[in-house]
Order: sequence, then C-alpha cells, then structure tokens
Amino acid sequence: MQIQNLLPTTQQVYNLPDAHGHFGPYGGVFVAETLMAALEQLRTGYERYRTDPEFVAEFAAELKHFVGRPSPIYHAKRWSEKLGGAQIYLKREDLNHTGAHKVNNTVGQALLARRFGKPRVIAETGAGQHGVATATVAARYGMECVVYMGSEDIQRQSSNVYRMKLLGAKVVPVESGSKTLKDALNEAMRDWVTNVDSTFYIIGTVAGPHPYPMMVRDFNSIVGKECRTQMPEMIGRQPDAILACVGGGSNAMGIFYPYIEDTAVRLIGVEAGGLGVASGKHAAPLSAGTPGVLHGNRTYLMQDANGQIMETHSISAGLDYPGVGPEHSYLKDSGRAEYVAVTDDAALQAFHDLCHYEGIIPALESSHALAHAVKIAPAMSKDKALLVNLSGRGDKDMNTVARLSGIEL
Amino acid sequence: MSRIAATFARLQQQKRKALIPFFTAGDPHPDTVVPIMQALVRAGSDIIELGVPFSDPMADGPVIQRASERALKHGTSLRDVLQKVAEFRRADATTPVVLMGYANPIEHMGVSEFARAAAAAGVDGVLVVDYPPEEGGELARALRQAQIDEVFLLAPTSSAQRVALVARAASGYVYYVSLKGVTGAGNLDLDDVAANVTRIKQHIKLPVGVGFGIRDGVTARAIGNIADAVVVGSRIVQEIESSARENIAANVEKLVRGLRDAMDAA
Repeated sequence: MQIQNLLPTTQQVYNLPDAHGHFGPYGGVFVAETLMAALEQLRTGYERYRTDPEFVAEFAAELKHFVGRPSPIYHAKRWSEKLGGAQIYLKREDLNHTGAHKVNNTVGQALLARRFGKPRVIAETGAGQHGVATATVAARYGMECVVYMGSEDIQRQSSNVYRMKLLGAKVVPVESGSKTLKDALNEAMRDWVTNVDSTFYIIGTVAGPHPYPMMVRDFNSIVGKECRTQMPEMIGRQPDAILACVGGGSNAMGIFYPYIEDTAVRLIGVEAGGLGVASGKHAAPLSAGTPGVLHGNRTYLMQDANGQIMETHSISAGLDYPGVGPEHSYLKDSGRAEYVAVTDDAALQAFHDLCHYEGIIPALESSHALAHAVKIAPAMSKDKALLVNLSGRGDKDMNTVARLSGIEL
Repeated sequence: MSRIAATFARLQQQKRKALIPFFTAGDPHPDTVVPIMQALVRAGSDIIELGVPFSDPMADGPVIQRASERALKHGTSLRDVLQKVAEFRRADATTPVVLMGYANPIEHMGVSEFARAAAAAGVDGVLVVDYPPEEGGELARALRQAQIDEVFLLAPTSSAQRVALVARAASGYVYYVSLKGVTGAGNLDLDDVAANVTRIKQHIKLPVGVGFGIRDGVTARAIGNIADAVVVGSRIVQEIESSARENIAANVEKLVRGLRDAMDAA
C-alpha cells in the first residue's frame, strides 16, 4: 500500500462529491447557520490535511500499529460448500482493534481534532461500536469524550456502554423521540452547536452535512483498497460481487469506493428488512423510502405522508436508522450499486451459520450482508467469488441473540 | 408594501421595537393554535412566528422539542398549520405571520405547492432552519414568486462573507441567534450581541431581530435597545407547557404583555 495514495482526492472519472458536497441531487449542507462556520473549518481543514504527507503518514502508522491493519480476507470454504454455489470470501474487519471497521474513521477524525486543537470529542452511537471506537481513540490521544446514545439502545447494548465507560467516556442517555440512533445524532448536533469552540464532533457514518460523508468514506476506503490488492493475491482476480450491510453505510462505502470504476464488480448494499419491508417495520430507506432532508443532507429517508421521520425497526441497533449516506442514494439512482433488504430472521440464521460452519461470530449488522450471500450464492457457479464485508464481530450481540433463544445471560 | 415591511415602517415612526413571539403550532392541540395567536396579538405582538412541528428538530432545545412532540401526537401537519393561518387571517388582516420550521416537511409537500398554499393561507414570511442560502434556491424562487419574505438566521460565528450572502438572500428581516447553542439555552452577553448587531447592520439594510435566550422583560428591553425586533420563543412555549389548557391563552397574553410593557416603558 503506497502511503501517498491512502486518502486520494479523486478517482479517474468518478469525482464526487462536488465542491459543495453534492452527490448529484443528494448530500449538501442542510444545517442551521449556527453550524456553518464549524463545518467550513472542518471542510478547509480536511482539504488541507488529506494531502498533507505528515498527516497521511501518521494515519497510516496508526492503522498499522494501533488498529492492526491490514485485516485479512478469509475464504469461508465450509460455508461455501454447504451453500453449494459461489465461493464466499470475508473481509475481516471484525479483527480490527475494537472489533469493527468503525475505528478506521475515528482514528482519522481524532487526528484531525488534534490538529484543530480541540480537547473534547463527542459522538453519537447506535449499536455502541462507533461510541467504543471514539472512546478508544479519545483515551489513546488524551481527549475528553462524551457519547450520546438512545436510552433504548443503552438497554440493548449494555456491554458496549460498559466498555465506553471503562475507556473513560461519559455516556449520555437520549430520551427524546424514538430514543435510538437518530435521536442520539440530534443530541450530539445540539452539543456541538453549544460547545463548538472546544469540541470536535466525530460522526460515525457517511451521513451528516458535507464534508462528513466524504471524509468518513475516505477514512474507511482503506477497506476496499486492501481488498483490491488482496483478492488478486488470493484468487488471481477481483471478486464478482461485493456485499456489505447498509445502515448509515460507512462500511459499505469503505469497501465499495475503490471499486466504483471497476464496473465488472457488482456492488450490493444490504439494508435491514426488519420484520419484512411490506410490514413497514424495517430500516430500509433505499428499498422502501423516498428522498428528503435529514441530519444535514438530502438522501433517501423513511418518512410518513407529512414528511415526518418514521421510527425504524431492526434486530441490529447499528442499522436502526431512517436515513442513509447520500452517496448510497446517488449510487442507487445511477445504478452503479444495487440495494436489497433482508429480514431480522434471515440475518439471525446467517449469524448462526457463520458461528457453526466457520467458527466466526459476526455482528448482527454484518449478518445482514451474510444473509444476502446465502440468497444469491447457491444459484451461482462454484468458480464465482463473493466478497462480503464482515464489518464487525458479534461479541456485543450476545445478550440480544441469547434473549431471542429464550436465554438470559 | 408587504405586511412585514408595513409593520416595521409603522414601528419606526412610533420609535418602538417589534416584539415577535414564537410558539409551535399544534401544541398542545390543533384547536389552541388560533386562540393563542389572537392572545399574542391582544398582548401587543407585532409579528407571530409559528413553528411547524418536525420529528427531528436538530437546532432546538428540549423545550421546543417537547412542543413538537406534543403537536405531532395529534398529527399536526404542514397543511394543518397552513389551515390554521388561514383561519387566523379571516379575523386579522394586518398581523404578519412567519412560519418557522425544517426543510423536510416542505420538500415532502413540494416547494412550489408549499409556496402557493402558504400565500393563499396568508403567510407573510418563511424561515427554514436547515436551508442555508446555498441549499434553498428552489424554495427561494418559489417564495419570491408567491411574494412571501424569506427570513434567514445569522449566528455569532457567521463570517462577514456569510453575512453578505444572507444579505443578498433575505427579505422581511433577519434573525440573529444571540448565542452559541440551541433554542432555550443559557445566558446572553449583551455587549457581544450589540457588537454583532452593529456588524450585521453594516451589510444588511433589513431590520435585525434578536432571539435565543430572552426570557424576561429586562432582557427584552435591553435587546430592544440594540436591535429592531425581539424574538421570544422557549419562554412562551414553557408557559404553554405549564398551563392548564383552558388557561393557556390568558397566561400567554399576560406573559407577552409584560414583555411588551417592559419594552415600551419610557
């Protein structure tokens, strides 16, 4: 991996977002005037550092020594044989420090926060993975850390709450609205408006106002870049399709982005279908939503007939979000990526399968991508290759899965 | 002349400052919208800012968030709010009404359709919190065509460039957010507000209103000495929240009359 290419400013043809953060009709900066100055500072600061050799070298060194990159690709042979079709390869983001891809981005943003001289970082979190990854880097760099988390999610993800506290973060329960990720994001924005002089807001996904969708994508694109080198080393070519789960969509953008111009590779984003898209109880805006404006950007949303944001449902807290990163909206409309939804039940089955056949406990979020591989692999020939982004490990989901099996831990 | 311009012209002649109360339409119930508006007029309000409830009011503090949640419990939609403005207009042809809300309900209705319906209902101005001038071009065109003013926010952190940008986009008046924070927050630094209003007035010929953090007559009067208009929101919403439904209009009237008297006192 060449260090100077770690955070490329453009690809050859695909060159989004534009200077104002637009991906076609999506993205942009839809925030109150009170935040415009802070976003402008972030935009110019990131523009400067993304090409600054010293910054890029420090980011690369942190990814190697603190995160443990590169993460391997693993051939899930037994499971592939069981499914009887395409070979399934797993990009092992679950093996990163803190157990998910989220840390790639928090390391990048924390390094920026340090250069901006901000002693305090804040974050929103759903499943707690981004909160843990933020608390981790805050401890690593000696920053004060406050994490906003819906009180509903605090219940579902108590072990991650404890991890954040161990790492020295303050976890603030959010009681407004649906008490989940979207409300945590609202609350973090309010904190940022109020404490904008001292505080850097580390957004955990490829949503929010420009430059966040671009910046979070860039920091996570190390995932896809490694795959571009690793797949030819393993099988002599790139995969036929790449699958990744999509909540806000950061792990998917991270692995998709370096493949956007390689149109021979299908890109498939897998949303949380909850109890089924037809039931209305899901978190699949790309599959069943319409465009609108939320959290600083225009994108596909789950909204009612009056433009109010709807409550979502997913077995996985990390996908339980009514919006999606604006670049995914663009990739959907342009046809470059496909988006599908899988149900809670299918994700849970894939979760158990991977435990059983491969000795890997996946996150419930990542299990959605695995579940779609279960759907499409059998109909493909054995010489085809599917690459699934195993974006996180499932240790945090022990309580949820046990409870669904009628076991209290 | 628009109702907003006429209002500021009249006040300037009288050497008085505008009092602009805000409350969320539909809080606590759709039936209370028009009575509260009428109470505000009786108490001496010059312009009414009517909040359009939204599920995710990112720039608002807990008080106005809760008001939005109460209004949405009864399903108060943007169309419902417009209907209430039309109802108010039937008995009041002079008091300007400014809608304040978030982009998504408007985009969902369609910006042209919204501008047309708002004009028909008798709306005079619109402030979309999360439409900075850069992103709201389509709505700006539709509002101009419908002869509705578009009010924009300015903040302590707004650069000279951004003040100039808002100066080109705004009509009616501009709304200076007096502190770093969300609605209903903290303490005002009057010297800081005065310096910023002076700075804004170098770029903007429109009247400048100041809001966020104004909770009593003393502060309202002090802000009135600095700016052209005083905006009071969370304090009124709190009064609505803590009042029994049958007393809301009377309590709000009393509160706002207190602010008015403090501002007008010699």
